[in-house]
Amino acid sequence: MDNLGLIGAISIVTAGLTIAIGSIAPALGEARAAAQALASIAQQPDEANTLTRTLFVSLAMIESTAIYCFVVAMILIFANPFWNRVLAAAGS
Amino acid sequence: MRISPDQLVLWAWGPVQLNATIVCTWTVMLVLVLGSHLATRRLSTATRLTRWQNLLEVLVSGMREQIREVSQQDPGKYLPFVGTLFLFIAASNVLAVVPGFTAPTASLSTTTALALCVLVAVPLYGIVERGLGGYLAVYVKPTVFMLPFNILGELSRTLALAVRLYGNVMSGTVIAGILLSLVPFFFPVVLQLLGLLTGLIQAYIFAVLAMVYIASATRTHGGH
Repeated sequence: MDNLGLIGAISIVTAGLTIAIGSIAPALGEARAAAQALASIAQQPDEANTLTRTLFVSLAMIESTAIYCFVVAMILIFANPFWNRVLAAAGS
Repeated sequence: MRISPDQLVLWAWGPVQLNATIVCTWTVMLVLVLGSHLATRRLSTATRLTRWQNLLEVLVSGMREQIREVSQQDPGKYLPFVGTLFLFIAASNVLAVVPGFTAPTASLSTTTALALCVLVAVPLYGIVERGLGGYLAVYVKPTVFMLPFNILGELSRTLALAVRLYGNVMSGTVIAGILLSLVPFFFPVVLQLLGLLTGLIQAYIFAVLAMVYIASATRTHGGH
């Protein structure tokens, strides 16, 4: 396999692995946070406002790990710097 | 496929380029400024309000209430900065459903600029509130050995703010684009609706996080 094909294949496989593995931990974490928040709201319905706000903020913090993985996967697929460099080297 | 509206150049004249990000940012600014100017032209304290004044009052008092709850301080000082962040991000995310308009927050440069504003605003508010020495003392809070970690934390949370907003908005547009080529008719509409929801939530989260960072720098009395 030439360089271009190698880079393409590795990028695609890595992008898939990145988003697949990288979404496991945030999913578990968000599920735990949401379950805990629901239990707390069931116990103290009066505090639902504060709990919901804190839940949203912490969900966003947890989710950002998955978002980083997504951004890396998108860069690997659509804006791969190595691919562009090899294309430019081949063209010149 | 473009993953950033920066790459879409609408108008170029020599080295000067107008890309979609700049045009859309100015459109959002124009909409916000003109809208609030028109709505606040005839303010009244009578019992009958115009509906636009009613909308603005709900927005402003809601933001004040949220800021007060998050920071446990008087919201007056923080409302201009945090409220502007929220309104700008919310407006650009919601306007993304307009055909031909790409949300400027789907570009990493816009979100980086917003996050840099927060990075600058945190020490400004902190120094105004507690004085230079009082603010710098936060960095050596548990022990002096924590200084590099505190500085790193300050920088990494700025990066996180920028990439979080960018990733969320960009993922919405990119996934809509991918789905348009796979299942053209119904499914992208549902995802656009979901995108409206996540756009508003992200705007809220960006503003609340900015407020939390500012509040942690300005809080004068113990506990945190």
